[in-house]
Amino acid sequence: MTVTDRPSIADQPRYDCRDAYVETLAQLAEADHRIVGVVNDSVGSSKLNSFRKAFPDRLINVGIAEQDMVGVASGLANGGRIPFVSAASCFLTARALEQIKADVAYSNTNVKLCGMSPGVAYGELGPTHHSVEDIAWLRAIDGIRIIVPADPIETAAALRWAAASEGPVFIRVSRMSVPKVYSDDYEFRLGKAITVRDGNDVTVISNGTVLWRALAAAERLAEEGISTRVLSMPTVKPLDTDAVVAAARETAGIVTAEEAVTAGGLGGAVAETVVQHHPARVSILGFPEFAPTGSAGYLLDRYGLSPEGIADAARKLVMTGK
Amino acid sequence: MTLTVEHATLPVLGRLPAHSSRTEQIAHIAEAAKQIRIQDLKLVHYAGAGHIGGDYSAIDILATLYGAVLDISPATVDDPERDRFILSKGHVAGALYTTLAAFGFLPVEELATFLKPLSALNGHPNRTKVAGVEANTGPLGHGLPIAVGHALSAKLDVSMRRTYVLVGDGELQEGSNWEAMMAASQYQLDRLTVIVDRNRLQQGATTKETNDLDPLPEKAAAFGFAVVEVNGHDHGELLDVLSAVPFRPGKPTFVIAHTHKGHPISFMSNNVAWHHRVPDDAEFAQALKELS
Repeated sequence: MTVTDRPSIADQPRYDCRDAYVETLAQLAEADHRIVGVVNDSVGSSKLNSFRKAFPDRLINVGIAEQDMVGVASGLANGGRIPFVSAASCFLTARALEQIKADVAYSNTNVKLCGMSPGVAYGELGPTHHSVEDIAWLRAIDGIRIIVPADPIETAAALRWAAASEGPVFIRVSRMSVPKVYSDDYEFRLGKAITVRDGNDVTVISNGTVLWRALAAAERLAEEGISTRVLSMPTVKPLDTDAVVAAARETAGIVTAEEAVTAGGLGGAVAETVVQHHPARVSILGFPEFAPTGSAGYLLDRYGLSPEGIADAARKLVMTGK
Repeated sequence: MTLTVEHATLPVLGRLPAHSSRTEQIAHIAEAAKQIRIQDLKLVHYAGAGHIGGDYSAIDILATLYGAVLDISPATVDDPERDRFILSKGHVAGALYTTLAAFGFLPVEELATFLKPLSALNGHPNRTKVAGVEANTGPLGHGLPIAVGHALSAKLDVSMRRTYVLVGDGELQEGSNWEAMMAASQYQLDRLTVIVDRNRLQQGATTKETNDLDPLPEKAAAFGFAVVEVNGHDHGELLDVLSAVPFRPGKPTFVIAHTHKGHPISFMSNNVAWHHRVPDDAEFAQALKELS
């Protein structure tokens, strides 16, 4: 896993992670008959038409009924299947939260929850369709591994890992196009941060669609002579606390940058760790409120999740010293 | 009052030999139901907690399923081809544990740990801790979707294994049940049987006063189920119906089992106060006398 070495990550071609998702899911299903898809009418929005064509019996569409969808997935797992629930993250995690808690997490069933188009991907459709709370909600539930891939390579790797690993997993699958951050030989390791750029003045911890923006921020800061450590944190739970504590100890402070609420997400997890193990300054970037009307890109910029916004937050930590 | 191992005296009844007559099966179920009620009464009385009203409305159904219907035994509790029983009304966990003990899935002595600190026998069942429990239920409206998922897995496997789910009637006020019923019908899950413990009482009042379910048979039929009504305390009727499903090829079955909360105890039966009341010493003695 190396950072692409072209001049700026911001200039790289962009990819929709859903394409990697459906391609990988089809490969996994081809190799393992236990794998099934479960959807709430979300065939098109999950880009699963080709999967349905290849495995017509193995794409279970319960209709627009999220509670039933997650309960059905739990029952399928009881029968020995490996269900990949594929639904817009806002409806999957909010409408079926109790089923996720009781039928999946507490029952410890082998269900893979795939939150499609998370964060503010639905932009102008507004806060009803934004899924910025999903991470915070699921972090509060025991027994669910939470993965937020940053690019198509990591999306595919995380899916392969989830299929091979027994037990509940939640994976965000981004709709907003992103450049590749990882090289093709990337292997997902649960609970491990990846130093995608080393540095010792300040740290940015990020994941998902924001990770490449953090790297672009680090490029700008380097021009000013600020050395930025960028930690990719695809696993929000269990968190790589060693990497967080090392960043707190070795740099002026930590900026967390994610497409999620500022309470209880990656930022919350990092802050909880730092406060308990090595108090340090943490600047949490994300969505502190219901977002106003605007495209996903506009909203990310507005709430400081642009390369410049992340660089600003990092600069402030460096300026005010260690 | 403390629950001790001296109060866990349930005889283990096990399964009848194959090809037992209907009369033998009914006698076996009746004896199981009686012993389960006596043991469950002790659990609730000595532990000082439980849901005896709902336990007693469901015990005849549980005894029939485990005594003569389900293709499952302690030896096949992890067999992928076992029949599945999902207790959706998870608050009657005491009745389920006692039933599992009566049929050898759970050591009888373990019943003495019911609700105690660190016991596997929580107030709601936990599949990761108790062999024979299929789902961690408790919040209402969860069992039916899980049962639909299991029935779908059996259909994908082209398996003959069956899925039974017991739901409370008040529980049917949860919309998730109706989502699941639509899916069961759409997928033609005719090896799925929903049993409604139709005791007409919920926590604090009748279902009719609260959020009326009737006309329940018509509603279930409109959702694509073959509907059968039985006396939920008549072992013969339960045995005949639960072992005869499906009634209509391509249709899941909806069995409305008419029951009484607290049945057959004179002062508990059909009395809303006994949702989770605990019998005192005099009531305990009286109930024990009526059961013996």
